[in-house]
Amino acid sequence: MTASPAVEGWFTTGEDPTLLGSRCTTCATVYFPPLPVDRAGFCRNPTCDGEEFETAELSRRGRVWSYTDAQYQPPPPYVARTDPYEPFALAAVELAEGITVLGQVADGYGVADLKVGAEVELVIEPLDDELLVWRWKPVVELGEEADQ
Amino acid sequence: MNTDVAVLGVGMHPWGKWGKPFTEYGVHAARAALDDSGVDWSEVDFVVGGETVRNGYGGYVAGATFAQALGWNGARVATSYAACATGAQALDTARARILAGLSEVALVVGADTTPKGFLAPNAGERWDDPDWLRFKLLGMTNPAYFALYARRRMDLYGATPEDFAAVKVKNARHGLENPNARYRKEVTVEDVLGSAVVSDPLHLLDICATSDGAAAVVVSSVEYAKKLGLDRPVRVSAVSTVTPTFPNAVMDMPNISTDSVADGTPERTFKESIADAAYEEAGIAPEDVSLAEVYDLSTALELDWMEDLGLCKRGEAETLLRAGETTIGGRIPVNPSGGLACFGEAVPAQALAQVCEVTWQLRGQATGRQVEGATVGITANQGLFGHGSAVLLSR
Repeated sequence: MTASPAVEGWFTTGEDPTLLGSRCTTCATVYFPPLPVDRAGFCRNPTCDGEEFETAELSRRGRVWSYTDAQYQPPPPYVARTDPYEPFALAAVELAEGITVLGQVADGYGVADLKVGAEVELVIEPLDDELLVWRWKPVVELGEEADQ
Repeated sequence: MNTDVAVLGVGMHPWGKWGKPFTEYGVHAARAALDDSGVDWSEVDFVVGGETVRNGYGGYVAGATFAQALGWNGARVATSYAACATGAQALDTARARILAGLSEVALVVGADTTPKGFLAPNAGERWDDPDWLRFKLLGMTNPAYFALYARRRMDLYGATPEDFAAVKVKNARHGLENPNARYRKEVTVEDVLGSAVVSDPLHLLDICATSDGAAAVVVSSVEYAKKLGLDRPVRVSAVSTVTPTFPNAVMDMPNISTDSVADGTPERTFKESIADAAYEEAGIAPEDVSLAEVYDLSTALELDWMEDLGLCKRGEAETLLRAGETTIGGRIPVNPSGGLACFGEAVPAQALAQVCEVTWQLRGQATGRQVEGATVGITANQGLFGHGSAVLLSR
């Protein structure tokens, strides 16, 4: 079977994938994760009483706010992809929309490849055999010259 | 308007992994606090219980549970839930009724029996619950959040794993003679750095355990304390239970994201606003503080709290730590009780345990860990889902 997004409507899976947020049609505040589409949503800006939202594609690149890893296997509902367990890295990334979004770091990268302020970009990778999830991939690997 | 209430008595059940029902610990702590206060249980006209919870899900009806265990006396009852900030909210509830003149003497109790290992969500699939999704989609444990904050200190302020270990060494020493502490053993920097890395850069000994324990506080109006002959009781001068203001720009457990700061980064972070509200309410400045009991879920988090409380400027906590200023005998001792490093966390009891410690410190009764001449103490913690907590006590 083909792997599908772990959560419907949170990200696209095409060639240049993006996270999908919700933009308040009243005050333009952007939220991620997106507000649920199957019930009433409320803008969380205290000066706005908006209840209607449109889908907003978020920036594919952002700057690392901070990062770490999970050297012990997290408890359920997390499902390890390998046996024995292999640690993975995590990063919180600041996007141009002003939102910081957590994600695992792309396969093959660890904390040694990250730095606060470093640029990363969104990729879509398997969470398990059936589900896809967003991940953050370092744009310039440490030790390489920035290609600018 | 004077908004102080008097602390008549404090008591605890020692922290540990005893595996008994939480009511047993709570009653032990309540009786200890009542003994300390000299107030008979029959005189208590308001009971507030801190609710026992598991990652956001209600456990037991704690207020009435404690009242029944102590023997129904007809007191009014309330139950508080504010995750790690539960104890402060419970105390604030008692304070409000006393200041309103609706109650005279209140007993506030928090107690917990914790499971082993990582705190994890309850079973079942909940695709609309951020606390479930962060585990399912990201494998994001609580220590991973603590590690994000620790790593920022390293990359922005030059903190080192040795600094984090030094916090543990200090707190372990502070707690050596605390009869209620679970861990009472010296720890070296090498011990911390030699323990397994849980979430880089944090080692096992940088992260607090989960514990069983209970704490209780008896509070009354200042007038009632006078009637008991207490002319100079420890006073609760402020309780801050603030929520964040929008936009909340710092990644908070258990969230996957922050609010957007597209319209400008707020002046203060949520954690800074917690302490500010307490200082403002009490008319007390950070410079007046003799000691602080802060929520050291990790060693590095203690350094964050020092700055959030205004005890030093942003990025300067390591300088104070290295100079020994946060050790007992230094300029501003932090966690003289030994903190969560020596206790482990017993969620609904922990904010009250902080109040117990500051009370003992201000009375000069903190044997083996006394901060000499202490007149003002502040406690601080942050509960999941937007619960701030800071209590200012003075004498």
